[in-house]
Amino acid sequence: MKRSLFGRLWPNVTAVVLFIGFVFPVYWMFSTAFKPTGDIISENPVWFPTDITFEHFKKATGVDHFWTYVTNSLIVTLCAVGLSLAVALAGSFALARMRFKGRRGFVIGFMVAQMAPWEVMIIAMYMIVRDASMLNSLVPLTVFYMMMILPFTILTLRGFVAAVPRELEEAAMVDGCGRAQAFRKVILPLLAPGLMSTSLFGFITAWNEFPLVLVLNKEAEAQTLPLWLSSFQTAFGNDWGATMAASSLFAVPILILFVFLQRKAVSGLTAGAVKG
Amino acid sequence: MTVQTERPPSGPVDVTKRDESGPARPRPRAAFRAGALTPYLLLLPACAATVLLLGWPLVKDVLLSFQNLNMAQLIQHVTEWNGVDNYKEVLTGEDFWRVTLRSILFTAVNVALIMVAGALVGLLLARLGKRMRVLLLVGLVLAWAMPVVAATTVYQWLFAQRFGVVNWVLDRLGWHSMADYSWTSSQMSTFFVVTVLIVWMSIPFVAINLYAATTTIPSELYEAASLDGAGGWKSFTTVTLPFLRPFLYATTFLEIIWVFKAFVQVFTINGGGPDRLTEILPVYAYIEGVGNQHYGMGAAIAVLTILILLGLTAYYLRIVLKQEEDEL
Repeated sequence: MKRSLFGRLWPNVTAVVLFIGFVFPVYWMFSTAFKPTGDIISENPVWFPTDITFEHFKKATGVDHFWTYVTNSLIVTLCAVGLSLAVALAGSFALARMRFKGRRGFVIGFMVAQMAPWEVMIIAMYMIVRDASMLNSLVPLTVFYMMMILPFTILTLRGFVAAVPRELEEAAMVDGCGRAQAFRKVILPLLAPGLMSTSLFGFITAWNEFPLVLVLNKEAEAQTLPLWLSSFQTAFGNDWGATMAASSLFAVPILILFVFLQRKAVSGLTAGAVKG
Repeated sequence: MTVQTERPPSGPVDVTKRDESGPARPRPRAAFRAGALTPYLLLLPACAATVLLLGWPLVKDVLLSFQNLNMAQLIQHVTEWNGVDNYKEVLTGEDFWRVTLRSILFTAVNVALIMVAGALVGLLLARLGKRMRVLLLVGLVLAWAMPVVAATTVYQWLFAQRFGVVNWVLDRLGWHSMADYSWTSSQMSTFFVVTVLIVWMSIPFVAINLYAATTTIPSELYEAASLDGAGGWKSFTTVTLPFLRPFLYATTFLEIIWVFKAFVQVFTINGGGPDRLTEILPVYAYIEGVGNQHYGMGAAIAVLTILILLGLTAYYLRIVLKQEEDEL
């Protein structure tokens, strides 16, 4: 069955139009960040920058406390991911490998926890943290971020643990390993890719978190990059060059991680969909 | 899910659909030494964290909603219970209902656009040749990966009153009154920008996952359909659509939940303005509670919002659990 010229053409034309639509905002962010100010505030947009300048990046990173924000973001995110991995590893092993009463209940419980409406709970979280005199500290942020990514981490790792053939573990135990040792020597090394991608998704979530830090930490010393970015316009008015440079700096690590990880997200889905 | 979360960058729920290891089988003796308590001990840290860091704020929110808690009480650290006064005030006032209606409409419009456009893009992906498909996938993944706060900043620049690209294009197309249009000056135009942003960043999830699901449809089904004389449209409605239905249901609910609590996008684009006209429920709870320092009232609004979300979540989980009943 041969399709007409039009029939072959329109999907490709639509694809190109859609591609431009989806990429343009990202492209515009980067291109504005590198354009000289004269090209940014011109009557007609300069679609392809010819002169490249790093002045906006210098300005964005030269803001007071910039490196504090970077350090804070990194500390909070990495600690949250590390903690949740440690906690989740134990739990996911139990859920994937052991039969016990209430297992199904635990799984459903974590599925519900995964959908927790954090955006709406910030008032209560603010009061808790204030009553503990922990406002403007990184500790509450870290533990709450840990909790935000914990259910996802457990449920995902559970899938990865289940995928490690049980026979390997049994063989190790026949060879005289205890269950803990079998876990450490056999399962853990095989889990490395799973741990990697799970933690990177956790990283993305924690890195992007905005409402909680907005409410909890009003002092610059305890703020993170999303706040810096959202306050950038208030601080710089209409300096779009610097604002876009800031956005680019914030987005680049995530864009890289995500493009690298996206395949895994989809294959996880198809693994479930095969059943139909 | 993160996602984010804000919105997690991908649909983690789906990842849990992996195959569970087969039925229980006899285990070596070593396993029995572990004792019946081991699984509970292993789950203890996770459960303790959940109770402490998720359960407690939830309970605290409910407690706060029964208190008269404004600036004065906050500073003096006093607890003044006032029964159901906050709820009475919220539920009898006009604002709450107006915001609820607005939230529902906002969610409905966004989710409808996301699902229709996402499904069309997903089907297009399935139809494209390899090279064009990769091209479109790259575009989708880039949009999907953009961090929310960065994306809102970029959209503010695209829709900027002066030197914004959108206004320039509209002006060029002959709509000259848009040349210096301020998108944040009215309710509808602010919602328009927020909607474009949300739809733009949500389509990739739907489209890519839908495309992935179509690749799992056995081709025998299409062959059988064409043997039965089904044309393109017929085989779409009799093979593709029924196969994708469970997936579409689950995704729609996920999107409803995500859009309903889209705090960051609405708040960062225009702070719920102009004149508080674009506040949806989570933003309303925040501005009433933290912004105007009526913490008790804010907590009551939050509890009501959480109840709505819990209802949606329960329904969503029922859909998902039904699909993998045997895997749990």
